[in-house]
Amino acid sequence: MTALPPFQTVLDDHATAVMAILHGAVGRDGAEDCFQETFLAALRAYPKLKDDRNLRGWLLTIAHRKAIDHHRARGRAPVPVAEPAELAASDGMPEPDDGLWAAVGALPPKQRAAVALRYGSDLPHSEIAAALGCSTEAARRNLHEGLKRLRKELA
Amino acid sequence: MSTATAKAIEGLKARAADEGLLDVAYTTTDSPFGPLLLAKTRRGLVRVGLPNQDSDELLVDLAERVSPRVLETPNELDEARRELDLYFEGKLDSFDLPLDWRLSGGFRQKVLRAINRIPYGQTRSYTEMARKAGNERAVRAAGTACGSNPIPLVVPCHRVLRTGGAFGGYAGGLPMKEALLQLEGVLDESPAS
Repeated sequence: MTALPPFQTVLDDHATAVMAILHGAVGRDGAEDCFQETFLAALRAYPKLKDDRNLRGWLLTIAHRKAIDHHRARGRAPVPVAEPAELAASDGMPEPDDGLWAAVGALPPKQRAAVALRYGSDLPHSEIAAALGCSTEAARRNLHEGLKRLRKELA
Repeated sequence: MSTATAKAIEGLKARAADEGLLDVAYTTTDSPFGPLLLAKTRRGLVRVGLPNQDSDELLVDLAERVSPRVLETPNELDEARRELDLYFEGKLDSFDLPLDWRLSGGFRQKVLRAINRIPYGQTRSYTEMARKAGNERAVRAAGTACGSNPIPLVVPCHRVLRTGGAFGGYAGGLPMKEALLQLEGVLDESPAS
């Protein structure tokens, strides 16, 4: 195994994606605390990490758990990616077409999250799965269903 | 990166320090010779990177040899930065910083600890350093120890010269060694090398 990179590199490379996902998963107010909980947990476990090939997937898995903890503490179910337009803006994306984002915002939560993570944060299926806490196949299906619905809405 | 993310990162680093998760804290700082990398552990200053050394490589090395919990936390290095600034202004002749010697083992560490006792504005030979470290004949090894000094400037390997006064080497380049000796008043403006 190659040596683990300095944790600062991990933070530099993935902070924006983790923040974007948490923004969507718990909203603006909860995101900062969940972000810190995510990276503190990662920092605690980091020296013992066996495989550094998928650091982003690892971080997104932790972020997902922290988002669930956050919602449990407030006694409600997780609503992934509640504000896709904001997510895109925070990621330095070009201003999205209002109609498109309105249509994305109207999708069921998991489809909405899958579309936002794929096209807002440019994540592969496996990492969308990690962020949503589902199988890769389920992530792919949610993305597919979401896109199908968008095509119909915007046609 | 958005300001919200930057703010969250700042808070994260403060919490990491509070929870004892900051194994290696580092920053870069300006000097008359160019940017320096400063890194410390809970024991003390562990690494000073000179301007001609690759900071990224030094950080990867620290991650491997000390701990991968390496974070850029400038405020942790405030005191080191303050003392170095004063040193470069010629207003400080003795550093008062805890040091972490762990990157140097055995004979090398003995040589470096001997170097650390050379007073400001004075020079010693590699032979003397070898003797102080307990093996007068290991002059070449003493030279290697100087060359691999992980904490240059603060551990003043620039004060070690060849017997007879020739400069020897310096990890930061000979012009830097010369300038440091001038700063300390060892050399006049046109030294022989």
